[in-house]
Amino acid sequence: MVTGEQIAQATSAGVASTSLLEIRNVAKSFGKNVVLRNISLQVAEGEFLTVLGESGSGKTTLLRIIAGFETATSGELWMGRERLDVLPPYKRRVNTVFQHYALFPHLTVEQNVGYGLTVEKQTKSEVASRVERALAQVKMTAHAKAKPSKISGGQQQRVALARALVKRPKLLLLDEPLSALDANLRRQMQVELKSLQREVGISFVFVTHDQEEAMVMSDRIALLRMGGLEQVATPREIYSRPATAYTAQFIGHTNLLQGEVRGGIMHCGSLSWKTNSPDGPYLLSLRPENIHLIGSSLRAGAVRLQGKLQQRAFHGATELLRVECADGLIVSVRAGARTEWQGELEFEFDPADAVPVRASAERI
Amino acid sequence: MELCLSEANHHSGRAGWLFGHALLVFAFLYLPIVVLIVYSFNGAGVGGFPPRDLTLDWYRTLLADGAIWESVVNSLLVAAAAVVIALGLGIPAALALDRAQFPGKALFRRLVLLPLILPGIITGLSLLMLFNLGKVKLSLLTIILGHGTALISVATTEVFAGLQKFDRAQEEASLDLGATYWQTFLRVTLPNLKLSIVGAALLIFTLSMDEIAVSFFLIGRDNTLPLEIWGRLRRGITPEINAISTIIFVFSLAAIVLWYRLRLGTEGSPETAAELIEPAEQGAQS
Amino acid sequence: MFSRAYRTAITLPPLLWVTVFLLVPYLLMFCYSFWSVSPSQAILHTWSLDNYQQLRHVDVYWQTLLRSMWIAARVTLFSLLLGYPLAYFLSFYAGKRKDLFYQLVVIPLWVSYLVRAYAWKTILGSDGVLNTLLQYVHLTRHPLEFLLYSPFAVVLTLTHIYTSFTFLPIYASLEHIPRNLVEASHDLGASPAQTFWRVVFPLSIPGVLAGATFAFVLSLGDFLAPQLLGGPSGIMISNIVVSLFGAAYNWPLGAAISFCMLVLVVSLLFVAERLEKKWSFA
Repeated sequence: MVTGEQIAQATSAGVASTSLLEIRNVAKSFGKNVVLRNISLQVAEGEFLTVLGESGSGKTTLLRIIAGFETATSGELWMGRERLDVLPPYKRRVNTVFQHYALFPHLTVEQNVGYGLTVEKQTKSEVASRVERALAQVKMTAHAKAKPSKISGGQQQRVALARALVKRPKLLLLDEPLSALDANLRRQMQVELKSLQREVGISFVFVTHDQEEAMVMSDRIALLRMGGLEQVATPREIYSRPATAYTAQFIGHTNLLQGEVRGGIMHCGSLSWKTNSPDGPYLLSLRPENIHLIGSSLRAGAVRLQGKLQQRAFHGATELLRVECADGLIVSVRAGARTEWQGELEFEFDPADAVPVRASAERI
Repeated sequence: MELCLSEANHHSGRAGWLFGHALLVFAFLYLPIVVLIVYSFNGAGVGGFPPRDLTLDWYRTLLADGAIWESVVNSLLVAAAAVVIALGLGIPAALALDRAQFPGKALFRRLVLLPLILPGIITGLSLLMLFNLGKVKLSLLTIILGHGTALISVATTEVFAGLQKFDRAQEEASLDLGATYWQTFLRVTLPNLKLSIVGAALLIFTLSMDEIAVSFFLIGRDNTLPLEIWGRLRRGITPEINAISTIIFVFSLAAIVLWYRLRLGTEGSPETAAELIEPAEQGAQS
Repeated sequence: MFSRAYRTAITLPPLLWVTVFLLVPYLLMFCYSFWSVSPSQAILHTWSLDNYQQLRHVDVYWQTLLRSMWIAARVTLFSLLLGYPLAYFLSFYAGKRKDLFYQLVVIPLWVSYLVRAYAWKTILGSDGVLNTLLQYVHLTRHPLEFLLYSPFAVVLTLTHIYTSFTFLPIYASLEHIPRNLVEASHDLGASPAQTFWRVVFPLSIPGVLAGATFAFVLSLGDFLAPQLLGGPSGIMISNIVVSLFGAAYNWPLGAAISFCMLVLVVSLLFVAERLEKKWSFA
């Protein structure tokens, strides 16, 4: 079984891996309102791709364009050798799991799941057996005869999933399907969805605003901001090597530091260290967990940081500390939880963890 | 809530067919009125095609027609009184249905709403029997009582709908701050219901002005406008009737535009207006 | 939250009024239906089922009742056929002009019923606008007699009146259908036609039932249109009732017929309500 990392690497490397869906220069405006700008993206076969973004980033619009509920103002969609965007939604081999499930209230769970097969004019027995399997896959067999109003939100979500998957689409679109669930159920469903995707082997394009969810589930994340792609990479890469300040801040916590390199030395406020980077101004992203308490002595090559504790936020196993340094620089540091922090605190970090990022432009 | 498909060109065929149907229905609904208005200026009478001899004669005749104007005054009086009665009883009825429990509530609700859908003559003749029993002479008063009774249902429906949109917590806050029930009613409940009440009043007034079925049985010596016209129709048709009809149309148009503006003022969507008009409009033929 | 005094104050006046002016009159009508009238036009308080028997067995009454129901059925059907696609168009295809179209549909409802019926009378007569127009453009040589003073005229006029009535509840129920259900249906491969019959129409049935009920009940009990436009062949049951309270002077018989209509209406409402409940999925 191919791992997500392998797929992602192959795609990122541009190797002729099996690209299922190609989004070419797609842009969308509603009147004067530009919602998507020049999006180009490929979805590989069998990949779990998350389109991540804040509300208003255009992620739902992109999904709807793929599904066929909106037409792009410009650009094309290709599935294999055929153009997708000229087809109406009911002719595409793409199915959607809607945000509020959109189950048909007048049909039972069974009838909902079998709907897509019935309109294809499949035989009754074929429909019945496929529906049975689909319901078993999402563990909803016991509720087959119930109406949607009688089952819980989590159960409705499974039915919506079964309804889409039973059609064996080439691509499954999921529009924030977990956002209506409470936290515990959500975490459980994230795991289930991920293993379901592995099991059926079809590509999932998953839309969410929750960056943690994206990191847990995805083979690759496409971060969308104000209608443009900010970065497309695996979760690990997007976390450790964010391309822009926005990415660094949107995904996880980070400290953004202004620096300047002059003659081989990076100057960052009162801090400095040797570097091979060319001269010029830099914006650096330094994650709180990469700032460590100094042990008995400073490690080789590490940069020292000291300051007073301003605020602390307890997160169970760790704490997030707000530390004010001598020159007014304020950093967040993640440390193991402790009952008390005394006086001036001393920290260190490896300069390699201060990753240069681009400033995010107003418009891309 | 707009279906995105109106953008896509996949459905232009269907949309075209539906649009054509819509136009035909609009034509069907409006042509008779248009014809009516046009022929009110026709010198040659109510029939015949094409219309010729454009003239204002019929309007002049109308202006001089004392009986018609008398009946207009009567109708206005009756309508105003009907509004008072219908609202005066409909508002408490809506409140009662919304917040009180009492024996016979289900029967009461059905009874109050029955005149909306029951053919008007049934309400009319049963009231006639009542007045007959009570040896009450038929007059404008009996008509007023008839309209008022029949139109309570309209008031109740509109005000009840308005109550549903109303945040109960406001009344609780008022009581909490020390106001009595009556003060709360005057200062909090009523202002919030203002729109429903005005809308209901407009509707009741219009329905009363056009009411025939109930009035038919309860009429004394004084005619209301519809009954006056009705009487004329039995005797013979002249475009004078077109003229008064045109005037009625203009006023109805003004009334509904006003009503609609009022609605859009708060609700903002025709769908809710649909829900509100729908039960009320059932009474249009009482 | 509300005191007893408050609740009594809002309940008692309407309750009393409705009892005196609605309940008692209907009961009175019920009583009258069992009485009879003497040749000298006095009401005899003898209790019997004679009036109901007359209704069933005297041809003119029974046939008229059946004809009225047949007319009402046709009016209902045509109103639905006109009103449903109109509501569908407005709800799904009208876009920005939805508001305007909606106002256009509702305006005729506010125009006097009498005025509209009168308009049709002037149009359909043998010297009326339609006939003279047809002759003017040489489509016909003689006036078409069936246009006026016939059941046709009554059905036409009542359909004109009740199309807007059926439109309203159907439009309301269509507006209530979440658009994502339509999208879901397309997403699953159903064509627009399939989507309509499998998803949209079933969910609009309560609106259709409500519209059909008003149209049927109110046209059944209508007396104005048949009086103006029906002629002898277009007489409906309400006209008979009106004459029984007028020239024909037989209040008890009139009361019996009215009471039958009342029972019919109430039963229809009851059935419609049950059906609507069955077909509504909140």
